[in-house]
Order: sequence, then structure tokens, then C-alpha cells
Amino acid sequence: MSARWRDLARLAWRDSRTARSRLLLYMSAISLGVAALVAIDSYSANVVRSIRDQSRELLGGDLSLSSRTAFPPSVDSLLDTLRRGGIPVGRSITFTSMALVPHAPAPRLVQVNAVGPEVPFYGTIETDPPGRYAQLQQGHTVLVDGSLLVELDAKLGDTLSLGSARFAISGTLRNVPGDIGIASSLGPRVYIAERWVPETKLLVFGSRAEYAALLKLPAGTDPKTVVDRHAATLDSAHVRTRTVQDTERSLTYDIQQLDRFLGVVALVALLLGGVGVASAIRAYVEEKRDPIAVLRVLGATSRQVLAVFLLETGALGLAGAAVGAILGVAAQMALPHVAAGVVPVTVVPRLEPRAIGTGIAIGVWVAVIFALLPILGVRRISPLEAIRHDATRAPVRRLLSDWPRLLAFIALAASVVLIAIGRAGSVRRGIAMSGGVGAALVLLAIAAAVVARLTRRLLKEHWPFVVRQGLANLYRPANQTRAVMLALGFGAFLMSTLYLVQRNLLARLTASAVETRANLAFFDVQSDQVHSVDSLIRAVRAPVLQRVPIVPMRIAAIGGRRVSDAVRDPRRASWALRREYRSSYRDTLIASEKLVAGTWFDAADTASRTGPWAVSLDADLASELDVAVGDTITWDVQGVRIATIVKNLRQVTWARFEPNFFVIFAPRALADAPQTTVFLTRVLDPAARAALQRAVVVHDPNVSTIDLALIQQAIDGIVGKVSIAIRFMALFSLATGILVLLSAVAAARRQRLREGVLLKTLGATRAQIGRIMLSEYTVLGLLSAATGLILSLGGAWALMHFLFDSPFSPAGPPLAVLALIIVALTAAVGLSSSRDVFAETPMAALREQ
Amino acid sequence: MLRDVSFTIPDGAFVAIVGPSGSGKTTLLGLLAGLDTPTAGSVLLDGAELGTLSEDARARLRGEKVGFVFQSFQLIPTLTAAENIAVPLELRGVRHAGSRARTLLDRIGLADRADHLPAQLSGGEQQRVALARAFANAPRVLFADEPTGNLDSATGDRIIQLLEELNRESGTTIVLVTHDTALASRARRIIQLSDGAVVDDRELAA
Repeated sequence: MSARWRDLARLAWRDSRTARSRLLLYMSAISLGVAALVAIDSYSANVVRSIRDQSRELLGGDLSLSSRTAFPPSVDSLLDTLRRGGIPVGRSITFTSMALVPHAPAPRLVQVNAVGPEVPFYGTIETDPPGRYAQLQQGHTVLVDGSLLVELDAKLGDTLSLGSARFAISGTLRNVPGDIGIASSLGPRVYIAERWVPETKLLVFGSRAEYAALLKLPAGTDPKTVVDRHAATLDSAHVRTRTVQDTERSLTYDIQQLDRFLGVVALVALLLGGVGVASAIRAYVEEKRDPIAVLRVLGATSRQVLAVFLLETGALGLAGAAVGAILGVAAQMALPHVAAGVVPVTVVPRLEPRAIGTGIAIGVWVAVIFALLPILGVRRISPLEAIRHDATRAPVRRLLSDWPRLLAFIALAASVVLIAIGRAGSVRRGIAMSGGVGAALVLLAIAAAVVARLTRRLLKEHWPFVVRQGLANLYRPANQTRAVMLALGFGAFLMSTLYLVQRNLLARLTASAVETRANLAFFDVQSDQVHSVDSLIRAVRAPVLQRVPIVPMRIAAIGGRRVSDAVRDPRRASWALRREYRSSYRDTLIASEKLVAGTWFDAADTASRTGPWAVSLDADLASELDVAVGDTITWDVQGVRIATIVKNLRQVTWARFEPNFFVIFAPRALADAPQTTVFLTRVLDPAARAALQRAVVVHDPNVSTIDLALIQQAIDGIVGKVSIAIRFMALFSLATGILVLLSAVAAARRQRLREGVLLKTLGATRAQIGRIMLSEYTVLGLLSAATGLILSLGGAWALMHFLFDSPFSPAGPPLAVLALIIVALTAAVGLSSSRDVFAETPMAALREQ
Repeated sequence: MLRDVSFTIPDGAFVAIVGPSGSGKTTLLGLLAGLDTPTAGSVLLDGAELGTLSEDARARLRGEKVGFVFQSFQLIPTLTAAENIAVPLELRGVRHAGSRARTLLDRIGLADRADHLPAQLSGGEQQRVALARAFANAPRVLFADEPTGNLDSATGDRIIQLLEELNRESGTTIVLVTHDTALASRARRIIQLSDGAVVDDRELAA
């Protein structure tokens, strides 16, 4: 190559002069993808950084010990020893309770945080009015979430009852480190001093409470060494430990999972943009045929011409990616406001050079690699075209015998796979994702070929000319069928898949409530309260839909081995061996369960009065415990050993508003064990529902109640936030899809213009030309939408089936609406970008010669 | 720019408009055919004042009364030979346009090329298809803009012969624009343009 790169660059710059703004528009297909990537990565990096900076505040101390039961004497004395050794120890108890104010119609389930005076060691709990947290220990006062005041129609100074104790509401909570704001809609938080807990009389048998001790270690002490030193004591007491590092790791992991998911969606938007760049460059090369031929006449080698176009594409890709990065940073700065309440830390937005750099690099690479295939087309432009307008074009060689094109193709495929692997975080997921994208594109290309062929065959001579002409454009030489169907169909596929998955996930949460038809639950009902709760429910003529006994227990031995031995077995999950189980007993399967192994309890099992008893296990739990039908498990039920044999395994649909259990016993095994009861009932009138809740809580203060309508609302709220994120991404792909459509349409612009002018010369009116284009684009839009949507049914099914492990149901009407929108958009974009065809006078046909 | 241009072409005439590059030939042709409208003055085509018609009305008029042959053939590249010929018929909603197109192809000796795309035809064949298309609607007047410019002399001659036949047999008015004096001499009247003005207008002896 004789000319230096600098000369070529100058040539490239001049060459792009007439089309720069138009090319930039098409490059904005890249911008949107880059913007999404940069926004998500930057935000996620911000969050991770904030978690790292705030992790001690999030935990409140350096080390936390917690247990489902009050600490046994062994742990208490350990804590005393530590305290004497100069390590400050703070205590807290967290449990749920009903909160009531005198004039409120219904009580409200709340999350009670009973804290000792030392807690937290790090971070501050902000209140309104300020400084009220420091006064919490002084008297019978309570700090509550602002939302609770609204729900109970209460104000500062009102009396709030928790069980048998009464507190004055002294302020509201503004910011509690580590708390996820949105969680408070499920159970608003209430803070009291730990010493008032006994007075509430709420912690009775079966109450779910978390007892915790927070430790502040001397600077430089690794919490892990403290944990290791006392492992024996803590393990035997079932005490869980959590260090600052654990907190950081688990929160960071969650954020990175979300980042991965959204990042993959952003990447797909970027790839879609790549498709757009490819067709824009194809159009540009087509438009530049004459100048290129002239350059060749003047002595430019085909390599030099290639280099000029590559430089142009690279520069424009860089510009597009830079614009995208700016947009992305803007979005990143806005995200903390959108995501407030979902993220457990105060996110400090700051520029993340790595995220920006990666976004721009991926953007430029995608632009260049996608543009490479059409750019290679310049090699075939012969200098002869400069002097002979109708010079025969060199035929396109087969991909396999054209090695530069083959290499470009392989580079493109490899880039997509590698970038996908990088983003998805695992080789398997990366390959699955790029494989999915590739399969969708191949299927769309096949569909396009089939469409072209079918149209040619089905077209009838007697159809109106404009329709025939429009439809025939689908299969004629240089048609846009494949380009548009790929771009548009892929966009439709993406959006529809996202929509279907979101809808199915939502449906999973809502459908179940309707099935059980229960809308009110009472739980923690003690044995001596069963009768009173039952009669209170019947007094308002409400049905008792379910009455479910619950017995807390732990595993004592499994397959004849004690738990302390069994945990060393790598095939058994230690969480499953150590956890507390809340089991039940009954003699029938319920709607949310399906038997997958063994047989259900028979008459002998249900009548048996001696052990070993039959139990039914959740199938997933059985695999975690590495047990099968016929294996033995011994349970520790409040100190009593109960030997059981696994009789069958069930598959349980957990996402339902009804009590489901890992372990179900044959009825007689637990009949005499200490237990609590859950009642499910249905009261349609909200006022009556509130009255019943109030009556039960006044009579039995320790009983908790949940209005399922409230839960539904809370879940809707959470799902709503997640939906916003997903829709945000879908919007990116829609906007990109439109840009891609624009560039696909532009690819055929020159030919359109020529045809339009000729038709006018031959006597076609503008209306006729408009109808020809309308019928072409309408059919293209319809076919692309239909293909994309049908593919999305498969894609969404696969995601639901393999990723979310849930059933899938398609949604007809919304997809039809989506299809209509796509068709309308296609027709509008097609017609509007062809408006010069209307404007051009037929004189051009003469002048062009 | 054209100025002081005024002439009448009677029905069935065969006129050549000649002049060097930039003399205004193409502009004049565009005005005569209603592809463009004059900024001043008027053009009457078979009694219709073209300047007062809308673009679409002029398009319909062209479809009915005007045929075109261009130097670079201007066939629609994505349509087959038969489809190209059928376009003017179809635009007017004529029935059985396809079979009429094939009849015309037969007449110009290209029946076996009906399903070929323009790129698959030679220059001469393309120009014959263009001629068939121009005559599909049996126009009152046919405008030919350097119709032999891109053809070798033998093929060009064949095209001119076809034009002459059509003029003779169906009485179609032919307006030929060219800078080729030999070609112009085949016409019965020559209008010469120079710098936008008519400098000569003479009948040739038959």
C-alpha cells in the first residue's frame, strides 16, 4: 500500500462529507446499545463500591451471631467472656407482630426490631424528627416506618400496642443502613428497646424470631479468626455467623447477578444495532459505487478503498459509541432515583472509567465487525463502472470460496460468542445466549427465504396492480425482505420474549391467590388459642378454608449418622442438615403438590401409633439431603427424637399463598407434639376483614394476621420496579429496532428512487406509488412481526422452562397489539423514509442519463 | 434555460430536436412530455395545457398519451422484460396486461426473453423492450431521448427502423432528441436548438 494511513484517513474524512450526519444517525443504533451497557455497568460498579464502603454500616458491627432461638447458656457465657476481654457486644431480637393503634380499623403486621443500647456500632439510624434513635432506650417509645403511620392513620405521639405492651410513637425512620426500603411495604419496621420484649409477651412457642449479637472487634482483628476459635460452641448451638466480608460478598453477588441479566439484554440490543450498522453500511457502499469506481480509475487499489471505508466506519463507530457512553452516564446518574428502595445502600454516583471504556470498546468493535462484511463488497467495484454506467457487476462469489469474506464471517460469529461469554459470566451461558441469538437470526433468514418463495408462487394475476407490485418487491432481485425481516423480526422477538417472560413470572405470583381463594391468614395460633380463633372466624360467618398445624424441628440423624457427622459428607448440603424445619402433618396431597416418587401415605401409615413413621419430602430437599424413598431420618422435635422413613417425594409449587412444607408427616406422628396453627379464611368485605383481624389480635395478641390483598400489593410493587428495569431495556431494543429498520429501508433507497421516478414517467400517480410501497411495507412488517412473535413463544418457553423452572402460557391479545404496532411502525418508517420518491420529479429520469 | 421557443408539432409528425450539449434539448423534452412545467409560457399536449395540471394529472396524461424511450433504456431493473412492458398498462388498470405484454414482446422478436431481467439482456434487446413498453398504451406521441446513444450502429439502426415503422403504421407522433445529425436526418423535420433558443426549424424532403 503506497499511500500512508494519514492520507487514507484524510480521504476517508472527505469521502464521508456528504453522508456524515446520515451515517451518524445509523450509528446511533450502536449508541443505544452502548448507552445501556455503560449505564448498567457503571451503576452496578457504583453499587458494588458503595457496598464495599458501607459494609460495616450495613452489618452494624464487625461480626454478627444469630439464631432462631434464644442463645443457650454456652453462647451467653461466650459473649460474656468476650465482653470482659474488651469486645463490645450489642444485642437485638427481630420478630413479626401485629401493631395496633386505638382508633385504627385493622391491626398491621410489622417487623419488630428490639435493639440493645449499643446497636449499631457503625452507621446511624436517621429519624424524623432527628436524634430520636438515641432516645429510644429511655422509655416506652417506638420508631416506625412512615408508611405505617399512613396505613394505621396514626400520628406522632399516638399509642402503639405490640402484644401486651404500649408505646408512644416518637418518630419515623428515615434511613436504616442495610435495609431495603421496598421490604418495608411487606412488613413496616418498628424499633423498640430490647428490654421491653418480655413485656410484650409476644415471644411464645413457635414464634419466628431472630436473636442476634453484634460484635465490635478491635481494629485489625479478622472476624474469621474469632469465628474459627469458637466454632465448636457456635456450631453446637446452631448459631450462624456473618462477617463484614460475608455481607459484602452476598450483596455484591446479588447485584452482579442483576447486572449480568440486564447486561445480556443490553448486549442483545447492541447486537441488534450491529445488524443495523451492517445494512446502513451496505446502503452507503451502494451509494458510493460511482465515487469508488472513480477512485479506482485514479489509481486507488481495492485495498486502499477498503482501508478508507474501514477507517470511516471505525471513526463513526467511535463517535456513535461515545454518544452512547454520554447517554449511558446520564442514565446512570438517574438510576439511583429509579432504583431507590430496591438497593440496600446509599448509592453514590460517580464516573466509572472501566465501564465507559468497555462500553465504547465493545461498541466500536461491534460496529466495525458488523460493517466488515458489506465493506468487503467494495472490492468488487470495477473502475469500469466509472465510464460505463451499465457495466456488468462482478458476480458475488460463494462465501466458502471467498476467504476474506469467510474470515470476516468467522470473526463476526466468534466476536459475538466471545462478547456473550464475557458478559454472561460463564462459557455455558455465553454459548447458550449467542446460540439462541444465532438460532433466532437463522430462523428469521429462513423465514425470509420462505416468504419470498411463497409470495412468488401465491401471487395472483387478477390482484390489483399496486398490491401485486408491492408484494413482488418481496422476491425481486435486490429485495429488502431478508434485511428487514432480520432487523424487525429480531426486534419483535426480543421485545416479545421479554414481555412474555415478565408476564408469566407475574402470573405465577398472582394466579395462586385466586385458586386458594383465601384472602386472610392467621398464624402463630397456640394450641390453647385454636378454639377462640376458630370461633371468632365463624362468628363473622367466614369459612375456615384451611387449618394447618406447624411443628418446628431439626434433623437429629440421617441414614443412621448424626448430623455433626453427616455435614462432613460433601453430597449433603449443610444448610439443609442444620436448618430449622417447620413441618406439618396430614393424610392428603394438596393442589400445589405433585407426587414424583414413592406412594402417598396408606391406611397403615395414617393409623400407625408407633415409629418409625412415614414422612413425605420435597423432592429438591431430598436431593440436597441426598436421601431417597426408603431412607431413614431421625428428627429432634423439642428434644423428643422421632424416627421416620421417607415414604415418598413431592414436587411443591412454592409461589402460592398457602402453607407449603418441605416435610409432611403421617398424621399421628406429631399429633401430640407442641405446635402452632395457621388458619386461612376468606372475608370479601375489606371493613369486615379489618374488624376480624382486630378482634383476633385484641383477644390473642401474639397471633399474627396477614391480609393477602396487602401482600399482593407489595409484590406488585416489587415486580413493578423490576418491570421498569425490563421495560427500560425493551425500550432500548425497540428504539434500536426502529433505527435498524430505517437503515434497512435506506439500503434500498437509491433503487426505490429510480423505480419511483420511472413509474412516474410511465404515468404512475403519487397515490399509486404510495400504495405500492404501503402494501410492501405492511406485508413486510406483518411477516416480520409474525415470525418474531412466533419465535418469541419458543424463546420465552425455553427461558421459563429452563431458567425459571415454571409453566409457560402464551398471551394472544397483547402479542396481537404488539404485532399491530410493529406493522404500523414499519409502514410509517417505510413510507416516511421514501418520501423523496414522492418529491422527486420525473425529470430526474432524463437527467440521470 | 429556454427562451423564445415556440413551435407546433402536428399529429403523426416525425420531428428531431438537435443541438449541442447544454443547448436545452433535455429541458425542452421534459417540458413537452409534462415531466416538468415551464416557469413562463405554455405547453399544450393534445389540447391540454400542461402548466395548469397537477403532477398527478400530468402523470395520468403521460400514461394515456405519451411514450418514452431513453438513452440508457431505463427499464426497471427488478422487473422482467414482460413485467416492464406491462407497467403502463397496469397503471391504467388495463385487464390482461400480462398477455398483451407478451404479444408486444412477440412483435419485437423477444418472446423467448419474456422472463429475463434487464441485466440479462443485451443493450439492443433492452432498448427494444423499452420501445415495446413505450408503445404498450398506443400513445399519441412518443419521445425518444438519444435512443441509440448506447448502442452500436447496426443495433441503433434497427431501433430507428422500428420507430419509423411505428410512425408510419400507427400514425404515432415521434419526437426524437439527439445530437447525431445522421440520426436526425431520418426525421421529416429538424428543430435546432442553441443556448436555449430555436435557431433553425426546417422540413426535410421525404
